[in-house]
Amino acid sequence: MSKIKSLAELESLRESITKQRDPEKTVITICGGTGCRAYGGDEVIAAFEEELKRHGLTGKVDLRITGCHGFCERGPLVVIKPENIFYQRVRVQHVPELVEKTIVNGKLVERFLFSIIGGDRVVHEEEVPFYARQKRLVFGNNGLIDPTNIEDYLAVGGYAALGKCLSGMSPEEVIDEVKASGLRGRGGGGFPTGRKWETTRKAEGDARYVICNADEGDPGAYMDRSLLEGNPHSVLEGMIIGAYAIGSHQGYIYVRHEYPLAVRNAQIAIQQAEEHGLLGQNILGSGFDFTVRINRGGGAFICGESTALMASMEGKVGEPRAKYVHTSEKGLWDQPTNLNNVETWANIPLIINNGAEWYSSIGTEGSKGTKIFSLVGQIRNTGLVEVPMGITLREIIYDIGNGIPRGKKFKAVQTGGPSGGCIPESLLDTPVDFDELTKIGSMMGSGGMIVMDETTCMVDIAKYFINFLEGESCGKCVPCREGLKRMSQILGNITSGKGQEGDIELLEEMSQFLIDGSLCGLGNTAPNPVLSTIRHFRHEYEAHIKDKKCPAGVCKELTKDGS
Amino acid sequence: MRNMPNSKKKQLKAADKKKIAATLDRYQRDGVMLVSILQDVQAELNYLPEDALKEVSQGLELPLTQVYSVATFFKAFSLKPRGRHLVNICMGTACHVRGSVGILEKLEQELGILPGETTRDYRFTLETVNCVGACALGPIVMVDGKYHGQMTADKVDAVLKGYE
Amino acid sequence: MKTVTLTIDGRELQAETGQTILEVARDNNIYIPALCHNEAVAAYGACRLCMVEVSRGDWAKLVTSCLYEVEDGLVVKTNTERVNNVRRLVTELLLARCPDSEVIQDLAKELGVGEPRFTPEEGNHKCILCALCTRACQEVVGASAISLVNRGVNRQMATPFYAFSDACIACGSCAYVCPTGAIDIEDAGDTRKITMPNVTMEFKLKQCKTCGAYWAPERQLAHIIKQADLPPDAFDDCPDCRE
Repeated sequence: MSKIKSLAELESLRESITKQRDPEKTVITICGGTGCRAYGGDEVIAAFEEELKRHGLTGKVDLRITGCHGFCERGPLVVIKPENIFYQRVRVQHVPELVEKTIVNGKLVERFLFSIIGGDRVVHEEEVPFYARQKRLVFGNNGLIDPTNIEDYLAVGGYAALGKCLSGMSPEEVIDEVKASGLRGRGGGGFPTGRKWETTRKAEGDARYVICNADEGDPGAYMDRSLLEGNPHSVLEGMIIGAYAIGSHQGYIYVRHEYPLAVRNAQIAIQQAEEHGLLGQNILGSGFDFTVRINRGGGAFICGESTALMASMEGKVGEPRAKYVHTSEKGLWDQPTNLNNVETWANIPLIINNGAEWYSSIGTEGSKGTKIFSLVGQIRNTGLVEVPMGITLREIIYDIGNGIPRGKKFKAVQTGGPSGGCIPESLLDTPVDFDELTKIGSMMGSGGMIVMDETTCMVDIAKYFINFLEGESCGKCVPCREGLKRMSQILGNITSGKGQEGDIELLEEMSQFLIDGSLCGLGNTAPNPVLSTIRHFRHEYEAHIKDKKCPAGVCKELTKDGS
Repeated sequence: MRNMPNSKKKQLKAADKKKIAATLDRYQRDGVMLVSILQDVQAELNYLPEDALKEVSQGLELPLTQVYSVATFFKAFSLKPRGRHLVNICMGTACHVRGSVGILEKLEQELGILPGETTRDYRFTLETVNCVGACALGPIVMVDGKYHGQMTADKVDAVLKGYE
Repeated sequence: MKTVTLTIDGRELQAETGQTILEVARDNNIYIPALCHNEAVAAYGACRLCMVEVSRGDWAKLVTSCLYEVEDGLVVKTNTERVNNVRRLVTELLLARCPDSEVIQDLAKELGVGEPRFTPEEGNHKCILCALCTRACQEVVGASAISLVNRGVNRQMATPFYAFSDACIACGSCAYVCPTGAIDIEDAGDTRKITMPNVTMEFKLKQCKTCGAYWAPERQLAHIIKQADLPPDAFDDCPDCRE
């Protein structure tokens, strides 16, 4: 592949790719995300290859291993194009029948279609209720492209936004566009992205860096992995545009080592982008240079915090520092550094292609665009959902998630990961919005949405998160290291029947202490799961302490005598 | 009874030293890449023996304290030999609300070890992971990277039997 | 550098940009407690005792005074209820961690902290993990013989592998900067013994060629000879006999 030297060359390459592709040709797309692979997706893929060969269809029918489609509950997922026939829970033993009937004879196999309430089956992917209420602007291409093939990304309009920026927009114009879009950081903090870029651009330094934070550490959240795994070029394109706007020539993707497929696909994408002249020297003939390198995390939640992440990138222990000087001014190697999360970067091409006005028409006053959530826990439709900001929690849980399985009652939904809070039934009509979620004692966070039913003990959940954070605290400052240790002991006492009068008040006092006294965001937000459960489920704490009973029947020491 | 592997100091073989040197060269002996280098060295040697950390420290001209601090800070690193099979149980929130604690207890009981430990016969090492992002299949146990989804305490035996 | 005017506890003060609140307060004899701070090394911000409340216009927040640089018009209060709550709980937690430390006991008395509400830990010596020793060893001595190892609640000050540290020159700076006296140094005969919370090391002392006294660790002298490019026999005699 020779390097693309101009916008015109990029467009002509795109044209030649799309021309070669017959829109009427049958394409079997199989989800190759980690979730579907965990169901045995690899064997399903191999079986399709085998069956196509057996029928002499190799080459006549395309097989495309795509990124995650999102509906993990029903994996492995197979979608047959151009009709968009949606088959779910396809196992290796079903493949011969599907190829024989649908591919060879053009007939549907009813029992693999999705059945909606009332028993009717729907044929097409877009009719499945799980997808119908979503707005899949960032995530939608995942199901269309093979992430290891840059041509697939180009075929759906990839790198057009980069071309637009490099050929016709000044860096300041790019920043203005992102500012006007209202995009806020998707990693949890919700800081306005355009403003961050502007600060980094204006900061003094010998070099500027951009980092993609893919150290997705919130337990129960995997949207960043699925994006980087399923559509790595969209993330890269966002990074290149950001680097151009900021004036950076070196970028890094910091990714969890527990995500081997994401690491691999990102590596392939970088290599292909380099081969095509979309990364490296003189990108698209514009004179702009930018390279990207991958850093694997070492398994530390704290490294999602920007200063800790940067310390570990410098070969040191992942210990945060106070951020009185922002990393946008002094970050990696003390140089201005712009850190954004995977999903934030993936939003950039959309904004450039469609304009800030279009983007800011989606969402609420203070939160624009869409947000991807991982809807998990005690919910019927587990999976990744992309929804417009402003949709209510109730709509996500009941209309998209189809409610609670096994006839159980809803108890709480937890958003924001270990820094977030538990939201009760009475607040389910709260819209998804950075500020609204903060108001009710939780937060947007990076997108974990864990649904809990009546069999979940809220004190146990608070203990779970505090124990999690105790294990992940770096240990530098006293409030976080010693405070979490003691909060964990108190919660351990309460859940084992040794709770005392005054424990709730002590937990509240320590919570305020961590909020005021901790060095970094981990400690500052660590009390949220405790405070939100005390606020909304105080009676459960009291039942544990006073009556020595666990109403949900989870805490073992309290359930022995049959409470 | 907990089976602690005996921690006799491992002498690096010449071949191991070569592997470490090759890893360092692959990263241009750049100390900034310490975390990645240690990951690669561990992948080659199964764990990070004391002498390997000393080799890395000398090869990168970094204080041994820095190498040791980094190696003991990150969860990805093990300074003890690990078993032939790595059992990883997901302790993510979604798996937690679906009962991963009970499965962990069963694993601890069956293997006679706690997370971070290795059985005396070096057959299994047990570790926990915060989330593997396959929440639809929770609770999940991974053995050598293979997912065993929708686990229950009753299935633990059968899963372990598959790994000699 | 620019001169700025700020207020600390109602006193209007002049300071230079780049100075921290703690530095300005100490220059003006305003007391702010701190355990992990020492002018010899870079500020770290771990003990959280030096937190103060700053306000500008209608916002107020707690900041770490050893790290927060002064600005024109800044209003600082070192003694508010919120500040004292943080200091008292830090002290209470440290007292539960190191019940035998006299320094922490004194601090508790000073701040009005009674018996800790948490079970005291056993065998924790006196180390509060402020990292002054490790930072002095790295930044001032240049030896990097000790560091903080492990993570979170398992964090400890230690030598690599909890064994004799080849990089240690036995200078004793760690013991000197330790605010709680967690490191002991004992010279007896020809040996210096350094007892740290998790490791004990012994070092040979150099004998003066003239008077025969054991006067300094051999490793430390070798370190100085190397650093200052001195002749190998520069320290054959002790300072008294060199005169």
